[in-house]
Amino acid sequence: MTDEADTATAGWFSDLDPGDIEGASSAILEGTAEQSNDWPQLAVEIGYADTADEYYDQLHAATTAATRAEVTEREAADDRQLVHAIRAMDDCTRTANELAERLAEWAGTVDQDAGTGIDYARELATRERDPEPGQEPLVSLAERVAALADEADDLREYVEQQAPTVAPNLSALAGPVLGARLISLAGGLEALAKKPSGTVQILGAEDALFAHLRGHAPSPKHGIIYTHDAIRGTHPDERGSAARAVAGKLAIAARVDHYSGDVKPELEAELAERIETIQARSEDGSGTDADGSDGGESDE
Amino acid sequence: MSELPDGVERRQFDGTERLGTRGEPVYGEPTDGAWRAWNPNRSKLGAMLELGMETGLVGGETVLYLGAASGTTVSHVADFAGPTYAVEFAARPARDLLEAAESRPRLFPLLKDARKPESYAHVVESDVDVIVQDVATRGQARVALENAPFLADDGRLLLAVKSRSENVTRDPNDVFEDVRDELESGYEVLESRRLEEYHADHLGIVARPK
Ligand SMILES: C[S@@+](CC[C@H](N)C(=O)[O-])C[C@H]1O[C@@H](n2cnc3c(N)ncnc32)[C@H](O)[C@@H]1O
Repeated sequence: MTDEADTATAGWFSDLDPGDIEGASSAILEGTAEQSNDWPQLAVEIGYADTADEYYDQLHAATTAATRAEVTEREAADDRQLVHAIRAMDDCTRTANELAERLAEWAGTVDQDAGTGIDYARELATRERDPEPGQEPLVSLAERVAALADEADDLREYVEQQAPTVAPNLSALAGPVLGARLISLAGGLEALAKKPSGTVQILGAEDALFAHLRGHAPSPKHGIIYTHDAIRGTHPDERGSAARAVAGKLAIAARVDHYSGDVKPELEAELAERIETIQARSEDGSGTDADGSDGGESDE
Repeated sequence: MSELPDGVERRQFDGTERLGTRGEPVYGEPTDGAWRAWNPNRSKLGAMLELGMETGLVGGETVLYLGAASGTTVSHVADFAGPTYAVEFAARPARDLLEAAESRPRLFPLLKDARKPESYAHVVESDVDVIVQDVATRGQARVALENAPFLADDGRLLLAVKSRSENVTRDPNDVFEDVRDELESGYEVLESRRLEEYHADHLGIVARPK
């Protein structure tokens, strides 16, 4: 605070040089005042602006910059929520499956017709409201498994609802769950937006990549994105091309989501067209992807 | 029927007569040259004007708008009013609000909580002519009272009250009565009217500071 800017007359601009948008933005976001005042006139009086009109021009630049910065920051906080949610979802699913296996093994010793998996745990949990004496621990475990599986479902629902808000284009192209996984693997939307598409292509395939680097394995063609329909639905000979095309578009989608937030439906159409071309190649049997120039997008 | 403010006109859009203002379209509304239709089903202030409430708006006034959301209504306000301060506390709609503000040099978006006027009193000027409030949250009367210090002595509060935001189960009329009572500690209510034709369980209020 400068001397003349005592609290009674301190507006957002009082300590600023005209044109200092960054300073103006944080003054708008962080400043406070007990009382409002005739700010346009005061700004002209202290020489921050020559006229009220010029003051309003500066105010427009400052408020839009401040709001944009704050919106971006809060959405970044949302992407951290999404990362926790998808990781928790995967933990719940994995744990539920492990316990369901243990349950099936146990149940098989007391009931020849015991089933397996989460479905069986759910069935047991609902069927045996009044378990036979001696089977209480088994049914209790089944209830836990069912509850964990329910929790995983709830988390998936949360992810499906949140991901399109955090990353609308990525979620549209990859589906919300795969989109969230990519954000999680990269360590955030910003981190994902900064990755070249070749890295996006192998996210989640780190183990395979290290094996390759150590010389024990072929270079991994696709990481977690192999779950994308466009790749799964492509003939194995062409999957490398499909993975490059998908990774290229997803990388662009993540950048648009992070840097502008605009929704670009044309990305989806472009990917669909590219995949159609790739799939047509394997259908008419006209050869494989030898030159490696597929993917449609070059990085950087 | 009260007069429309300067800059708001009834015009033909796609063959029907509707309210309109001049500006860049914001929410996919029909346009006619420089004009764009103002949809009263999506805007409580639009409904208040359609229903002929005495808003006292003449055009060109300085406005504090509370609950701007993605800018549907406040963009129309900025089209016919003067400096317009748009307060919204949710980040996601504020992104769209930014877009509406891009082509409107006197629309100032503020990502702030309307229950904390001290967090924007260093930005919003004193003696605004109009406060428009549509926050659809609990404590709507309190928000209006806490923001009254911004309003000029002869200014107007144009308030949309959503009964379900105060209490989902109570009879809306009882809710509206409570809100009016509370409001009257700081405002004189000049007119109030249900907006039922366009918005279920909403009351429109025109008031001036006491
Ligand atoms: C019904 S919507 C407003 C629609 C908008 N007035 C229009 O017609 O275009 C209500 C908005 O008020 C916002 N809101 C609720 N409580 C608020 C508060 N305390 N401060 C600022 N905005 C608030 C909500 O986030 C929501 O966007």
